[in-house]
Amino acid sequence: MKLVTAVIKPHKWEDVREALETFGVTGMTVSEVSGYGRQKGHTEVYRGAEYDIALVPKIRIEIVIDDDDADDVVGLIVKTAQTGRIGDGKVWLSPVETVVRVRTGDRDSAAL
Amino acid sequence: MDGYYAFMLVATALVLMMTVPALSLFYGGMTRSKSVLNMMMMSFGAFGIATLVFVLWGWSEGWGNLGNGDLISNPFTLFGLKDVEWSGYIGMAFQLTFAAITAALISGAVADRVKFSSWMVFVPIWLTLCYFPIAHNVWGGGWLSDHWVAQDYAGGTVVHINAGVAGLVLALVVGKRVGWPKEPMRPHNLTLTMIGAGLLWFGWYGFNVGSIVFVAGDNGPKDTAQFMSETGVTFVNTTVATAAAMLAWLLTERIVHGKATSLGAASGIVAGLVAITPSCGAVNVYGAIIIGVVAGALCALAVSAKFKLGFDDSLDVVGVHLVGGLVGTLLIGFVSTASAPGGVDGLFYGGGLTSLGHQLMAALFTIVWTGVLTTVIAVAIKYTIGWRVVDEAEVEGIDGDQHSESAYEIAAGTGVLS
Repeated sequence: MKLVTAVIKPHKWEDVREALETFGVTGMTVSEVSGYGRQKGHTEVYRGAEYDIALVPKIRIEIVIDDDDADDVVGLIVKTAQTGRIGDGKVWLSPVETVVRVRTGDRDSAAL
Repeated sequence: MDGYYAFMLVATALVLMMTVPALSLFYGGMTRSKSVLNMMMMSFGAFGIATLVFVLWGWSEGWGNLGNGDLISNPFTLFGLKDVEWSGYIGMAFQLTFAAITAALISGAVADRVKFSSWMVFVPIWLTLCYFPIAHNVWGGGWLSDHWVAQDYAGGTVVHINAGVAGLVLALVVGKRVGWPKEPMRPHNLTLTMIGAGLLWFGWYGFNVGSIVFVAGDNGPKDTAQFMSETGVTFVNTTVATAAAMLAWLLTERIVHGKATSLGAASGIVAGLVAITPSCGAVNVYGAIIIGVVAGALCALAVSAKFKLGFDDSLDVVGVHLVGGLVGTLLIGFVSTASAPGGVDGLFYGGGLTSLGHQLMAALFTIVWTGVLTTVIAVAIKYTIGWRVVDEAEVEGIDGDQHSESAYEIAAGTGVLS
């Protein structure tokens, strides 16, 4: 099993969710996060004073899936979230040892 | 003059609204989220203290010996409103609300870092040594008005230059916030600030229009005639200058910084209101536009000065109230016209330099008096009870440290009631 973590632009979140649902992903964890990459935040001006705002709002999606689906899901997220401009975000895969469904105690693939 | 009396009841309540809640909202939105309650409490606290001080000795100290030609008036003549007719109460209450907001205005210069107790000690002393004497000199027939007959309809000198100078002194004596100016200290809620600015504008009709002084004083036809004509002029001038100042501020920042901002609109409104405060009875509509435009543009540029000069006037009491107050007070010398209720021609209307000279002297008198005495009070507090909360409390948030409260619930509480 793999954990897919994607950090994307907030306005792309609805498109990505739809694409994942169509693909057959049944659940995910989503959080509003902030951070920065190469684009380095932005500038705001209050009464003439310029402030560098380092952190940019992003959406973080976490999905645990079977190994076979991992590359497809990553590809799907990249394709859907892409605008081609700086700040589009990142997607990464990490190995997962065990998953347990709390309600039933099912383990691993059965728990997904 | 029943109508006038009823109007003054409303005008007084309107000016009360300018401090609680208008000014506290205007200021509160500009602070960081961890210090908004303390900022609002400085206005509320100032109103409470100013009220008690005013009815005890403030009214007497400002207006107790009308026209005595002295620098100060006896604070004990009318102590506790002794011998004040009930019919005179509302005129007293109207002035009370002015004293309160002037003290509250100063708090913006020292946001986020001052002990609430020190602020509550500062306010009554400052009102006693600075506010009531200036009010007596400008409005109460004191020494200044005996020598220079300046026009100050509703408080360009008494309220705004006065608060602006005091704010400058406090910012210098109290010192910078921890991390200023390196650390970004953005306004945390500009919707509060916009609401506050809007309510200030609304309340300012009580402030300016209610400041009418009757020439004949016959309490009959002559006063009625003056009331029916003058209030329209002051109302319209207040509106026109404020609109002009808001636009001028927005245009200035659009040119200099690239964007017209909501904080710019809110600030421009206040800058215009400040500048038209002394001048609303002295000018015609063109004068009001000029005063508004100059105040809006100049204050928009002036608020950057603190970064160059290195003093942390946190919410720009100097840039808006001192600069705006000076603009309004001094421009009277140029654009006042005898066709306005004030009846004095300025330089542009063939009145020569006389008016400008008088306006300048009133402004200087206020700057020197309040500058010196506020320094004495501020330094005395600094070396006795002290001004600042400890650095750690300031960084964690003065709301929690000074009031044991937080304005916004970010995470659900886990504590158990004990």
